[in-house]
Amino acid sequence: MKEMLERYPASPEYLLELLHDLQDAEPRNYLTSEALEAVAERLSMPLSEVVSTATFYSMYSLKPRGKHIIRLCESPPCQLLGAESLLDYISEQLSVGVGETTEDGVFTLETTSCLGVCGVAPAMMIDEEVYGNLTKESVLKVVEAVRRDDATG
Amino acid sequence: MRLARGHLLLGINDEALLAGAREVEAALRQALVEHGLTDEFEVIETGDTGFTGQGVTLVVHPDRVAYGNLGVADVQEIVTEHLLKGRPVERLVLHLPDPADKGSERIVLKNCGLIDPDSLEEAIAVGAYGAMAKIVEEHIPPAAVIDLVKESGLRGRGGAGFPTGLKWSFTAKGEQVYIICNADEGEPGTFKDRLILEGDPHRLIEGMMIAGYAVGASKGYIYIRGEYTLSIERMQRAIDSAREAGLLGQGILESEFAFDLEIKKGAGAYVCGEETSLIESIEGKRGFPRLKPPYPGAVGLWDKPTVVNNVETLANVPPIILHGPEWFRSFGTASCPGTKVYTILGHVNKPGLAEAEMGTTLKHIIDEYGGGIEDDKKFKGALIGGAAGAFVCPDCLDKPMDFDGLQELAAVLGSGAVLVFNEDASIVEMLDGILSFFKHESCGQCAPCRGGTRALKTIIGRIREGKGQPGDLDQMVEIAGTMQAMSLCPLGQSAILPITSALRHFKNEFEAAIA
Repeated sequence: MKEMLERYPASPEYLLELLHDLQDAEPRNYLTSEALEAVAERLSMPLSEVVSTATFYSMYSLKPRGKHIIRLCESPPCQLLGAESLLDYISEQLSVGVGETTEDGVFTLETTSCLGVCGVAPAMMIDEEVYGNLTKESVLKVVEAVRRDDATG
Repeated sequence: MRLARGHLLLGINDEALLAGAREVEAALRQALVEHGLTDEFEVIETGDTGFTGQGVTLVVHPDRVAYGNLGVADVQEIVTEHLLKGRPVERLVLHLPDPADKGSERIVLKNCGLIDPDSLEEAIAVGAYGAMAKIVEEHIPPAAVIDLVKESGLRGRGGAGFPTGLKWSFTAKGEQVYIICNADEGEPGTFKDRLILEGDPHRLIEGMMIAGYAVGASKGYIYIRGEYTLSIERMQRAIDSAREAGLLGQGILESEFAFDLEIKKGAGAYVCGEETSLIESIEGKRGFPRLKPPYPGAVGLWDKPTVVNNVETLANVPPIILHGPEWFRSFGTASCPGTKVYTILGHVNKPGLAEAEMGTTLKHIIDEYGGGIEDDKKFKGALIGGAAGAFVCPDCLDKPMDFDGLQELAAVLGSGAVLVFNEDASIVEMLDGILSFFKHESCGQCAPCRGGTRALKTIIGRIREGKGQPGDLDQMVEIAGTMQAMSLCPLGQSAILPITSALRHFKNEFEAAIA
């Protein structure tokens, strides 16, 4: 963690970058209290200010999440082409609500505002990958493929 | 660039990647090897080829033949038929805009899909940094650069349409001035900036450099939303290569001018698209908008004078300097010269993007660029400008679209997102989606927006469930009106637009849902 903290100059300007890096490095995709404390110390900021900023932005989580984050777009272009029923379907198939993590800790289901790939709406991101033109069949295939890739390592 | 008989430009962006662009690329390279064509053709990864919604796309130059929806299975045929025998594979061909047709003239997206965005040499070969070179060679002083932009009539493409030259001229002088590019593209249905970032990053660097020169800024930031992974990577590589070539840093093009750039990555907050929130976010804080005035031009980043411009706005700057304001004014309308990049979405045959002159009608954009309404259904309306935009009805189809023309229709051009819907769409559902968005994205700093967005979502939610009450519609308008008058930033001020426009054109649907 020390190496990561020293990647940027010790200025509050780099708070968002540090939070991104530390969260990405954590297998459960969240900001641990140790990480938040270390950032506060490195940037000489009150811990409360670090936490307050971290909780403002939707890409950060202070709670452990799944290994993979599913972000389904719920903006009007995706909504118009069926994102709502898709969300219900994924939620049912994975037995999780929005913001929850599957029992095996593999997936967290989240919604997101526009991902900027509306040409292929409805769309979602799993981690850094974008998937579009989703249907009930294809969304399940994608999720299963991610699970399979994990198993084969 | 290696000499080759032909170039095969493969569009690599998020959409192409998910359609299997990497697999197609591997197959293509393999096929070139098999047929001994590696010395004759070069495969180049480019950004967007301009055919959104067409899967994996490939443009063959100098033949100017574009292919779409390619799969690995199609590669052999293209190589053996087209590359070997010179016969384009008609079943896969996409229609390319005719360069002679002025209506399809591209200013901003001119190079997107024609160059390898990761290659500085290719960017320079098509004229990148030529405008900055002109400024240096002809010793054009900063004030004259501002005058050129003022005369061009360029207006901000982020949504509000404020005259860019004027904004620059309002910027206070100081020891340290900053220029920020707003690439926090979050307006639902908008991805025009992403295409510039991914397809022609050097154009943006040059635009920022010129803006920096004009206002006396030596440092610039590009604030890119955190979800745009590919944009951030490409932009970073472009900045690195420009710096290596001496195009960023001290003494640019052997002049006295020093300028450097840094990327800032957002973390998921729509409100950060508002310029003062964005500044707060760069400073490492919550993205709370600031009270204006003072405007960023006087008190901005770290309290220094700061210019914040949208990606598309800055991308227009180099050609204006190079070709002059007169040239720029030959496009578009008198009050809104130039082009606008639109994203056309929803129930159309070909969702995607279009760069069209300001003043183009909605009908032309839907029919010519969007390929018409899907499944031969009836056009019911469109939402223009994203969530903070307005609904329009079929009466608006023939009205010219620019910042002012749409204002007459009580609509806005905004970011240029055109979400088209057919007769089956439910406006109540759509408004529910929009107001959920506002509720979620309200930053919570000021009370009218924090409480107002929540109340609006509650009301539209119960109307959608069939539990609406008499007076609900009036109450929504009243709440949104209060928000418009009292909110600190455009987020809370804009909620009224989709509400009143939806009620103006589709009130019967709401009444039916309540009755």
